[in-house]
Amino acid sequence: MKSKITPGTIFLYSALVLLAIAYLMPAYLAVVTALKFPADISLPRSWELPPVVNYGSFAEALGLLKGNIANSVILTLSATALSTVLGSLNGYVFSKWKFPGSEIIFTLFLFGMFIPYQVILIPLFQTLRAMNLYGGLPGLILAHVVYGLPITSLIFRNFYAQIPDSLMESASLDGAGFFSIYTKIIFPLSVPGFVVTSLWQFTQVWNEFLWGICLTRHADNPITVGLAQLAGGQAVSWNLPMAGSIMAALPVLLIYIVLGRYFIRGLLAGSVKE
Amino acid sequence: MKRLVVSTCVAAFTALLLAGSPVVQAKELTGELEIFSWWAGDEGPALEALIDEYKKQNPAVKVVNATVTGGSGVNAKAVLKTRMLGGEPPDSFQVHAGQELIGTWVKADRMEDLTPLFQEKGWLDAFPEGLIKNIGTDTGIWSVPVNIHRSNVLWFSPANLEKWGITAPATWDEFFAVAPKLQEMGIVPLALAENWTANHLWESVALAAMGAENWDALWAGKLAFDSPEAVKAWELYGKVLEYTNKDASSLSWQQATDMVVDGRAAFNVMGDWAAGYMNITKQLAPGSGFGWAASPGTGGNFMFLADSFGLPKGASQRDNALAWLEILGSREGSDAFNPLKGSISARTDSDLSKYNEYGQSAAGDFGKDRIVGSLAHGVTANEGFMNDFASVMEMFLKTRNAMATAKAAQQIAVKNGIGK
Amino acid sequence: MRNKDRVKAFLTLLPSIILIGIFVYGFIGNTFWISLSDWGGSGALAINPVKNYIGFGNYVDLFTGFLGGGFRQDLVNAVFYSVMLLAGAIGIGLVLAMLLDNKPRGEAFFRTVFLYPMSLSFIVSGTIWRWMLAPKGGVNILPTYVGMEPISFSWLSSTGAIWEFNWQNLLQVAVYITSVVLIVTGLWLVKRVPVKAILLLVPGVVLGVGGWLWGDMLPKALFMEETHGFNIATFGIIMATVWQYSGYTMALYLAGFTGISQDLRDAAMLDGATTVGYYRHIALPLVKPITISAVIILSHISLKMFDLIFAMTGPDNGATGHPALNMYLTTFRANDFARGASIAIILFLIAATFIIPYMVSSYRQRRAR
Repeated sequence: MKSKITPGTIFLYSALVLLAIAYLMPAYLAVVTALKFPADISLPRSWELPPVVNYGSFAEALGLLKGNIANSVILTLSATALSTVLGSLNGYVFSKWKFPGSEIIFTLFLFGMFIPYQVILIPLFQTLRAMNLYGGLPGLILAHVVYGLPITSLIFRNFYAQIPDSLMESASLDGAGFFSIYTKIIFPLSVPGFVVTSLWQFTQVWNEFLWGICLTRHADNPITVGLAQLAGGQAVSWNLPMAGSIMAALPVLLIYIVLGRYFIRGLLAGSVKE
Repeated sequence: MKRLVVSTCVAAFTALLLAGSPVVQAKELTGELEIFSWWAGDEGPALEALIDEYKKQNPAVKVVNATVTGGSGVNAKAVLKTRMLGGEPPDSFQVHAGQELIGTWVKADRMEDLTPLFQEKGWLDAFPEGLIKNIGTDTGIWSVPVNIHRSNVLWFSPANLEKWGITAPATWDEFFAVAPKLQEMGIVPLALAENWTANHLWESVALAAMGAENWDALWAGKLAFDSPEAVKAWELYGKVLEYTNKDASSLSWQQATDMVVDGRAAFNVMGDWAAGYMNITKQLAPGSGFGWAASPGTGGNFMFLADSFGLPKGASQRDNALAWLEILGSREGSDAFNPLKGSISARTDSDLSKYNEYGQSAAGDFGKDRIVGSLAHGVTANEGFMNDFASVMEMFLKTRNAMATAKAAQQIAVKNGIGK
Repeated sequence: MRNKDRVKAFLTLLPSIILIGIFVYGFIGNTFWISLSDWGGSGALAINPVKNYIGFGNYVDLFTGFLGGGFRQDLVNAVFYSVMLLAGAIGIGLVLAMLLDNKPRGEAFFRTVFLYPMSLSFIVSGTIWRWMLAPKGGVNILPTYVGMEPISFSWLSSTGAIWEFNWQNLLQVAVYITSVVLIVTGLWLVKRVPVKAILLLVPGVVLGVGGWLWGDMLPKALFMEETHGFNIATFGIIMATVWQYSGYTMALYLAGFTGISQDLRDAAMLDGATTVGYYRHIALPLVKPITISAVIILSHISLKMFDLIFAMTGPDNGATGHPALNMYLTTFRANDFARGASIAIILFLIAATFIIPYMVSSYRQRRAR
C-alpha cells in the first residue's frame, strides 16, 4: 500500500514538504542572519547565504548574554525542581488521598493556571518587596514555583490516577503510612511523570518574560529579558539578536527534539481533560 | 530666584546640622555601583567614557552598567519604576531634567536633596541659573545635569541638497514650497520614525506656530491648549505630516537619520544626539558630511532638554553613587562625555576646543538664544501628561482633526494639573 | 492510623493551598481593590502612597472616557487577535493533523518541524519575525524568488484599518453580531433539528432587521464619534502566533485521531465513506473535547500576547496594542496603578468567562466518576 504512487500520495507529500519549508523559514532566516557580518546584512538580500561565514556573532552575543544565561539556568533548574516535587506530592494527595472538598480545592488550583498574570502583578511586587525578595532570583523562583503548582499538580494527579489503588491498599495492609507509601511505591513509579512535568516547567520558566522584566534588577535578568534588550531599540546589526535568539532557543529546542515524546505528553496533560 | 537662594541656604544649614556630610570622603571606595540609563548602542561610548573616568578614580568599585534600550528612555522608565516600587533602586539613574524628575520622583519623596553636593563643589556657579531652576524646587536640587541637548534642529546632507538644488528652509512655508518637488523626485521631504519622534516633531512645529512666549504660557497654564494659537499648531503639524514617510512607526530614530544620510529623505527634525550619531557612528564630518539649522520657524530659540542623574533614597551604594555624581558634574567628566554624546556641557566653563563644529555652534546658540523647555523630553510636563499626550497624539495621527485634538490636549492638561 | 495519614495528607497539601490562596485569590482580590482606588498621579510612587476608594470610576473612564480610546482599540485588537488565532491555529493545525494521520514516511520528522515553534519563547519568535516582516526584506521579497514582484505591505507599521465601526454604535454592532451568530447556527442545524433551528433563525432575523431599522434609537456608547476596527498592522503578529501555535493544535488533534481505533476507520471506509466523509462525520465529532480544550488554551494564550507584541513592535505602537501591554504601560510608565489594575481586572474577567464554565464542567466530570 505504501509503495503505490497515487495522486493522493503526491498531494500529501507535496503539501507536507511545502508546509515544512514554510515552518522552517524563520529558523533558516535566523541562522543565516546570525552567520553574517554586520556589513553583509541588508534587507533585500536577507534570504541569501552569508558570503563569508561569521561565527563570531555567537561569541559576541554569548559575551553579552552570558550573565543572563547563567541567571536563567539557576532560575529554571531551581524553579523546576521545587515545583515538580511539590506538584508530585500534591498530585499524590489529590489522586490517592481524596478528602471531602479535595476536588473543589483541585479545581480552584487549576484556575490559577489560566489567569492572565497581569492581574496579580501589582500585589506580587508589593508582596515580594515586603518579603525582601524583590529584584533577585529567589523572588522570581518563588513566583514560578507558586504559579507552576496548578499545572504540575494536574499532571501528577492524572499520572497517579493510573496507578492502581490495589497497590496502595496492599502496602497499607503491610503497615505503610502516608509517606512510606509515597517513598516506597509511588515515587519509584513516578519517573515518567517527573520527566514530563519538569520538561514542561523547564520550557515555561525558561521562556517567561513578563516577570523577568518586572521583578528582577539588571544583574539578575533572565535570558528573555537580556534578549529583548539586545534586540530592542537601535539594533542595527541584526546578526547579534539572531545569534542571541538561537542561543536562547537552543536549550528548549534540544529538549524538544531529543525528548519530544515527553514534551507532547506534557502538552496533552496540560490541555486535554483526562 | 531669591526664593531658591534662601531655600538653598536653609538646605545647607540643615545639612550642617545633620551628622556626617553626604559628600564623599577621600577614602577608598569598594563594592558595586549600578548605573541605570537608556544609553546603549550608539550613545554607549559617551557613557563608557564617563565610566572609564570613574574607574580611574575608584578602581576598586565594580560598575554595573544597566542600560535598558529604547530611544528617549520609554522602556527604561517603565523598568525603573518597577525597581523603585520594588524597593530596589539603582544607585543612580538617568532622568530628564525638569518635570519628568520632579513630577514623578521628587513629589513621591524618593530622591535625596543634592544641595550640599552642589555647594561643596561650587556647582551653583558652574551651572547656568536657569538650568538650576529647572532641576530644583523650593526644597532642594534633585539631580546633576550632564549635558544640554537641543531639540529643535533640522538635519540634512549639504551635498544632497546641492544636488537637488534646494536650501534648508527657514520657515515651514519655505518647506512647503520645496516639499512637493522632492516628492516628485521620489524623495521623502521629512523623515520621521517611531511614535515618540512624532511628539518630538510636534514640539518644534508648535514652537514655530505659536512662538516662544506662547509656548511658555502654555506650560505655565496661562494659555489654554484649545486656544486658537494651539489649534493653529495642530493644523500646521497636520500639514507637515503629509510630507513624512509612511513606514515611520517601524523605524528607530537612527533609521530616520539614515534616510537623510542615504539621500532617501531630505530633512529630519531630531535632537542633536543625531549629531553624535552621524559624527561618531556614521563617520561624517559636521558641516560637510551633515548640516543643520534651527527647525523651520524656530530660529533664535533654543528648545533644550538635559539628561541628569539623581540619587534615589535607599540606594544600596550611596557613597559610590555620590562619587559618580561628582564626576558627572565635574568639568573633566562633562568634557569627556559631551563631545562623544553630541551634546554640549551644562557647565558654563567647558573647554570648547574639545567639541566639534556642531557642538561649538550649539554652545554659541545656547549662550544667546531664547531658551525654552522641551515637552517630548520631560522638561515642561510631568509624566502623567506625557503619557496621556501620547494618546492624544495617536488620536491626531489617526483623525488629523486639529480642533478635536486641541480640546483633548486641554482636557489632559487640566487632568494633570497644568492647565486650568 | 488511617486518620493520622489523612491528616498527614492534608498537611502535605496545606502549604500549596495557602500559597495558591494568597498568590492567586488574595492577589486578585487585592488588584480588584486597587482598581477601585485612586492610586495614581504624582504621589503614586511614594513609599506609602495615598489610596482612596473611588468606586468604579476607573472602569467607567476606560469605557466611556475620552482618554480610554487607546484602551478601547486594544480591546478590539484583543478580540481580533483571539478570533484570528483560534481560526488560524485550529484550521491549520487540523489540516496538519489530517495530513500526518495518513502516516506518511518521515512522520516523526514532519511532526517535529511543525511543533518546534511551540517550544520557543515569544521573545525569540518575536525577534525573528520582526526581521522576517521588515519592510523591503524578509517575507516581502519572497515572491521575487519565483519571478514575481516584491510585496510592499508594511506589516508592522501600517496604520490602516479595515472593518471599522463607530464605538458609539457598539450596541448596534453587538445586535448585528448576535443576529449573525443566531442565523448561522440556525442554518447549520436546519437539517438535523429543524425545530431548534427555527427557534434560532426567527429571533436572529428579527434582531437583525430590528437593529437595522431602529438601531439609531439604541443609546450611544460614547459621547463622541470614535472608530475602531481591525488594524492591519496586527496581521503580522497574528501570523507569527499562528506559526507558533498551529503545531500545538496539530499535536492535540493527532493524539485524538490516533486514539480512534483503526477498526472504526476501516469499517467506515468499507461502508464507502470518503476520507473527507470519515473526518467530517466520524473523526471530528469524536475529538470534539479536544477542540474545546484547544479553544480554551488558545484563547488563554491570546490574552497573554504581551511578550510577542513587546518583541515585535515594541510597547509604543498604538496600532498593535493589547490590553495586556496597556496594563503594563499604564501602571509602570504612566504611574496610574489604579487604572492599570482596572485593565488587569477586565482582562481577568474576559479570561474567566470562558475558563469558569470549563472548570465547572471538568469538575462535574470528575465528580461523576
